[in-house]
Amino acid sequence: MTATIEPEVGKARLRKEDERLITGRTRWTDNLTVPGLLHLAFLRSPSAHAKILAIDVAAAVRLPGVIAVITGRDIAQAQGSLPCAWPITPDMKAPPAPSLAVDQVNFAGEAVAVVVARSAVEAHDALEAIDVDYEDLPVVLDMEAAVADGADLVHPDLGTNKSALWVFDSAEAGTGGDVETAIAEAEVRIERTYRQQRLIPAFMEPRSVLVDPTGPQITMWSSTQVPHILRLMLALTTGTPEHKIRVIAPDVGGGFGGKLQVTPEEVVAMVVAQRLGKPVKWTESRSESLVSAHHGRDQIQKLTLTAKRDGTVTGLKVELLADMGAYLRLVTPGVPILGAFMFNSIYKFPAYRFACTNVFTTKTPTDAYRGAGRPEATFAIERLMDELAAELGRDPIEVREQNWIRNDEFPFTTVCGLEYDTGNYEAATARAKELFDYDGLRAEQRERRERGDSVQLGIGVSTFTEMCGLAPSRVLGSLSYGAGGWEHAAVRMLPSGKVEVVTGSSAHGQGHETAWSQIVADQLGVPFEDVEVLHGDTQVSQKGLDTYGSRSLTVGAMAVLKAGEKVIAKARVIAAHLLECAEDDLEFAGGKFTVKGTEKATGLTDIALAVFAAHDLPDGVEPSLDSEATYDPENFSFPHGTHLCAVDVDTETGFVKIRKYVCVDDIGTVVNPIIVEGQVHGGLAQGLAQALYEEAVHDESGTLTTGTLADYLVPSAVDLPHFDTDRTETPSTTNQLGVKGVGEAGTIASTPAVVNAVVDAVRHFGVRDIQMPCTPQRVWTAINGGPTDAGGLGNEAGGGLGSIDASGGAL
Amino acid sequence: MIPSAFDYTAPSTVDEAVRALADAGEDAKVIAGGQSLIPVLRMRLAAPTKLIDLGRIGELRGIREDGDTLVIGAMTTHHDVQRDPQVAEHALLLKVATDTVADPQVRHRGTLGGAVAHADPAGDLLAPVLALDAELVLHGLDGRRTVAARDFFVDYFTTALRPDELLVEVRVPRHTGWSAHYEKFSRVAQAWSIVAVAATVRAEGGTIAEARVALTNMSSVPVRAHAVEQALVGQPATAEAIKAAAQHAAEGTSPSTDSNADTAYRQHLARVLTSRALTAAVGA
Repeated sequence: MTATIEPEVGKARLRKEDERLITGRTRWTDNLTVPGLLHLAFLRSPSAHAKILAIDVAAAVRLPGVIAVITGRDIAQAQGSLPCAWPITPDMKAPPAPSLAVDQVNFAGEAVAVVVARSAVEAHDALEAIDVDYEDLPVVLDMEAAVADGADLVHPDLGTNKSALWVFDSAEAGTGGDVETAIAEAEVRIERTYRQQRLIPAFMEPRSVLVDPTGPQITMWSSTQVPHILRLMLALTTGTPEHKIRVIAPDVGGGFGGKLQVTPEEVVAMVVAQRLGKPVKWTESRSESLVSAHHGRDQIQKLTLTAKRDGTVTGLKVELLADMGAYLRLVTPGVPILGAFMFNSIYKFPAYRFACTNVFTTKTPTDAYRGAGRPEATFAIERLMDELAAELGRDPIEVREQNWIRNDEFPFTTVCGLEYDTGNYEAATARAKELFDYDGLRAEQRERRERGDSVQLGIGVSTFTEMCGLAPSRVLGSLSYGAGGWEHAAVRMLPSGKVEVVTGSSAHGQGHETAWSQIVADQLGVPFEDVEVLHGDTQVSQKGLDTYGSRSLTVGAMAVLKAGEKVIAKARVIAAHLLECAEDDLEFAGGKFTVKGTEKATGLTDIALAVFAAHDLPDGVEPSLDSEATYDPENFSFPHGTHLCAVDVDTETGFVKIRKYVCVDDIGTVVNPIIVEGQVHGGLAQGLAQALYEEAVHDESGTLTTGTLADYLVPSAVDLPHFDTDRTETPSTTNQLGVKGVGEAGTIASTPAVVNAVVDAVRHFGVRDIQMPCTPQRVWTAINGGPTDAGGLGNEAGGGLGSIDASGGAL
Repeated sequence: MIPSAFDYTAPSTVDEAVRALADAGEDAKVIAGGQSLIPVLRMRLAAPTKLIDLGRIGELRGIREDGDTLVIGAMTTHHDVQRDPQVAEHALLLKVATDTVADPQVRHRGTLGGAVAHADPAGDLLAPVLALDAELVLHGLDGRRTVAARDFFVDYFTTALRPDELLVEVRVPRHTGWSAHYEKFSRVAQAWSIVAVAATVRAEGGTIAEARVALTNMSSVPVRAHAVEQALVGQPATAEAIKAAAQHAAEGTSPSTDSNADTAYRQHLARVLTSRALTAAVGA
């Protein structure tokens, strides 16, 4: 008999972790302390490009509480070079990347010295007493100028600002036709250049690291997304043996890719702690975070889409310049390459070519930021599809439908060679149009346009897909990535019947503790509350590849499921012994082994206790149910969805107000709808922010002028519309759970939906593009026939805190 | 970040505060609600040797009527200004502008006097104070003097306050029965105004008898749009008449260019927002 218990998977459980995360009564890194703790403060370069002629620390070391002042030269050997794990081409140029600059600084905000003091106050006071003699070098800020002949060089030793050229060509790969032929034969050609502005991840919890060198293992607590990768990289970078390092990511307050990094500050903290034999801690300020933590996006996209006059697409050519910033961090060069396979999106392009030139500039390094390569690609193709529709005078959804992969065509191998397992673009789009009242809003738009209303309505479409679940290890190998894409998990049955789940996929706000508990509760038939999820400490979770790329559920939870299967298999042997039957006679459901056709049964938790006692086990069976699994995915997963955005554009001021936002996402099976809703809302907020608000701006000297949250405009709830969200569920066939991933969907899909809407609202004024962020001045200028990138730095003081240069001098 | 070390004193009377200010010399700073000063200290963009906190001076708080004048203590919080029935009745423009300041947390800490003395050209309370022809009472070692708002604002973050003086009162002539609107334009809700317009109007039977209009962030100091005010006198309180008068809003201004707006766009906004502010004020 099977107990009818409502399944946990699919239930809208409130998150186990929320009380402690929301109240802050938890173990954030900066909340931690150890006896004898010393504090670090970093002196950062105010210059974007300069030789360091001399650093005078004599006055600083004499200040009260100061233990040491250490420069790059002092630890030049010990600090090694920060790792880049993704050499995208064999001849990729990568400069040495010291944690503390030694001879030269290459971006404003680069650390040049560190103060160690008894208190954080004393450490900050001492920064002002350090005297650095810089000799300025020419700054390199514009990517197009940086790749021109005779350009000033960021790293003169490399002889060029080009780090690498990475090409995918469907004709060469044998996955499609030749794009130049498609262009030559094109009936319709859409050529555009789009700019992906530089963004800052702006996670809520600033970065923080604490290193205690006094135990048998040196222990690092860090606000990181990647404790396992960090441990290995610290060993490789500093030469400290891996088994002598323990890394703990306690509760981490957001990352969005911004904490997928091995940071200079982590390496310096480790080196300094080891050198002094004393524990040290560093926690950054917000302005320090904005200038020195890695940035994201920053591409110039030169695009050519070709089609037949009937709207059928025939080719897509993509030429990118991607800004690396001053150095190659952990996965910097690979971020634009992750987009290479997404420009074709859901459409059946017969020919495709992608060529990306990675460029050095004297700016903060870029690296992963929510979506990493895929938002850039999705923006380009979804903007182009609207432009194609406008060129043909057709409805943008209709043109998309004409070209997308039909539901009956799955599985479908794309022009990039990826196999999309499932998808139902028709269903998601139909539902979205219904929720949006697409036809009604189109009618209103016509009416208001004819009436010459000063507020014009625009409608934007984005029918996106993405590749999630990083990643099949063999695919990563083919892309020259420095590691695999598997994930590890363990399931431990405690004698009292409670369960510990160990996951290598370390959450920083995603809700793994809740979701994994739901999955394991169903699988093992134990109460949700009886499952504890452990993660983030390399002593507890000894193996893992961490959290990014919407991989946790598709890869991490699959590892948990596989470990759970092994627990059940082990228990089955013992159950058969206890029930005196053959293993094949047992069925397992609801946490119980039952002898088929009888009432005879024993529970998994009873078996756990029997195993603990180990008094009566079959011969040769080890007294343990605990199991581990390492899961390597067979394929990516391909979430998709249809996002529709309506904006009111005030043509008198250029102000854009989002009036309605509908998204229907298909992320496969849903484990917890509340978590999904949260991910979608947060993702939409970040995607909208790119469209309308956020940009990291540098002045002509290379100083970040958006160095505070008064200038870098992260929207708040007041600025965001109500979101109408819904889902269709087309389970993935590439994993047992049928899940696809949702962590980046909102960010990837929403940016082009909003910009398409803005352009749609003012297209009748002759506007066909407005650069992001679509500020009121840019929109107003475009309406009035001006350039699409209006606005600039200005050179006069304005009002507000924003007029204060926050990045100059000691931070 | 962590501010540089400073001494701190919290006097309990204005006289004590003025003496402390004089004693401390030019590196002292007065702190009111701290909503602008604390971030500047934390970023070490200012490093005063001494902070003189006005938070414990009871006589600086509160709102009272003095004949035809509303007297608002410098340390009265934005929240108290918003909720005060006398302000709503006699200086509606100040109330509606205060409603737009930041968020409830800031409005509970920030003060009218602090905002006026800070003299940030993007601050939202300078233009209403100027439009309402307020007077600022300054208290120094030599006693009190009164300065008209039009003479008080000198330049970016610079006022007529002498080093030993405190702003103690904002005296607003009663504008009883005047309608008002503050039209604010910013990219996100939590940002400073790119341009904003403070407008208050006295209408008699559908005709505009008097109007006061002042602009935020159109100069290094708040500016009155006198040409608009004059053009409105005797005009019908209609959207058309207002729109025509508002075309004068940017006359004589040369606002700065920054990443949000250049000079021409700011001037355009001033015209559009003036029209909207006045239209909203008269309910046309």
